[in-house]
Amino acid sequence: MDKTQNNRAWFLVLPVLVLVAFSAVIPLMTVVNYSVNDTFGNNEFFWAGLDWFDEAVHSDRIHGALVRQAMFSAIILAIEVPLGIFVALNMPKKGFWSSFCLVVMALPLLIPFNVVGTIWQIFGRGDIGLLGHTLAAIGIDYNYTSDPFDAWATVVVMDVWHWTSLVALLAYAGLQSIPQAYYQAARIDQASRWAVFRYIELPKMKGVLLIAVLLRFMDSFMIYTEPFVVTGGGPGNSTTFLSIDLVKMAVGQFDLGPAAAFSIMYFLVILLVSWVFYTVMTNLDRQEAK
Amino acid sequence: MRNRSSALVMTLYLLFLMVPIYWLVNMSLKTNAEITGTFSLFPRELTFRNYMVILTDPSWYMGYVNSIIYVVLNTVISIAVALPAAYAFSRYSFMGDKHLFFWLLTNRMSPPAVFALPFFQLYSSIGLFDTHIAVALAHCLFNVPLAVWILEGFMRGVPKEIDETAYIDGYSFPRFFIRIFMPLVASGIGVAAFFCFMFSWVELLLSRTLTSVNAKPIAATMTRTVSASGMDWGVLAAAGVLTIIPGALVIWFVRNYIAKGFALGRV
Repeated sequence: MDKTQNNRAWFLVLPVLVLVAFSAVIPLMTVVNYSVNDTFGNNEFFWAGLDWFDEAVHSDRIHGALVRQAMFSAIILAIEVPLGIFVALNMPKKGFWSSFCLVVMALPLLIPFNVVGTIWQIFGRGDIGLLGHTLAAIGIDYNYTSDPFDAWATVVVMDVWHWTSLVALLAYAGLQSIPQAYYQAARIDQASRWAVFRYIELPKMKGVLLIAVLLRFMDSFMIYTEPFVVTGGGPGNSTTFLSIDLVKMAVGQFDLGPAAAFSIMYFLVILLVSWVFYTVMTNLDRQEAK
Repeated sequence: MRNRSSALVMTLYLLFLMVPIYWLVNMSLKTNAEITGTFSLFPRELTFRNYMVILTDPSWYMGYVNSIIYVVLNTVISIAVALPAAYAFSRYSFMGDKHLFFWLLTNRMSPPAVFALPFFQLYSSIGLFDTHIAVALAHCLFNVPLAVWILEGFMRGVPKEIDETAYIDGYSFPRFFIRIFMPLVASGIGVAAFFCFMFSWVELLLSRTLTSVNAKPIAATMTRTVSASGMDWGVLAAAGVLTIIPGALVIWFVRNYIAKGFALGRV
């Protein structure tokens, strides 16, 4: 749609601007302030320059958290995206069962994050959980509180359980927008199932899949509550991701300076990815408008 | 043949989704002795004690009340400020509009962990710590951008001729907006409200950081089932089930817009 040039539209945006500035810019400036100052309590601050950044860049602890975070995001993307597409392809196209599947699939998305953690914490326990009990019964030694591999498996399966439906729902919405005529043409050409997927369905799903991948990447990158409830970042540090480490540093140990420097770098990464997201999305919008 | 294999895949997937939830419901209907003592797929001695504990103890059910208060406050604030802004973004181009739209998106994407400590200090210093409004305002951080994006997606679908006709007919802007435009995007408003409600309801990190007693959300209350006599698993499970219910109740109404909402209005 062509838009009218009108700078008075700023008045309509003003409430949003004020509100979000209050809840985003002011806190962010506090963080910037902490990141360049040192304190010994009593609200006395000393200029520390870039020391904290220097420390954060060279800290093994943060490197460890970053590597674990990157691994976690990579693993869940590698599982959730193909699985989500696969599920979407198998969903009923219309009628009651389609609605039914939509509703059941959306259910995990709407459960409070800590309850998701609680569900899996209970579900995986060897004494009272169905999963833990079953695994023990068939002779697999499984204990997510003491074995790092089991802890990782639990957190990954939990995230797959929680968020695969998001990918599936978006892919399904993309599939629904493909006109029947495309499929008929493919049938006349005697295209194989794979060819239909590769040359008709996948290109049509490109836009929504991109949104799905980026949303999953961002949200998994700042995951906090679910692994915190299930494993508390343990055993040891094996499931301590970036957000968990940051909260531990800032609220637990009150190391304001390093935590703030850490926050800012974290935020810059997010900003960069958001920018890529936005650019790609606006380009897609423009292509569709043509 | 293809239909049957599809049905099988879907059945397996839905089972995978439902079994952990079933297990929670199952546990919430058992006594603690049965949970820790025996292992059964369904409750042998059906009991509603766990739910009664929550519904009769103020320190439990006030958690729900607190959560609902700040979630509703947040939804109302978010939608109220997002409506005019989304209209501006969908109808006008103005200086800096693209940058502003992008900046809003970064707030949806920013990790709450970065904001936890500064929020705590900000709201403590202005005396709003442990109030419902503090949590509601804090959640605006990600809900206002979300509402703007979703509403903008819906408003783009309304033809511009409607605005122009209304102005020719002599409608003033506020009257046009409330009388004509809002009914046209009613489904969009409903969906945006649903998503604000949901994201505020599921968030724990900020709401836990900003409250201690008076506005403590149910999610934070749940952590106190660890007591001297060990875990009260039954009550924990019952509390979990009760937090799932609001989402489960309204999801049917927005089922066709779920994808659009999660995709920030871009499907």
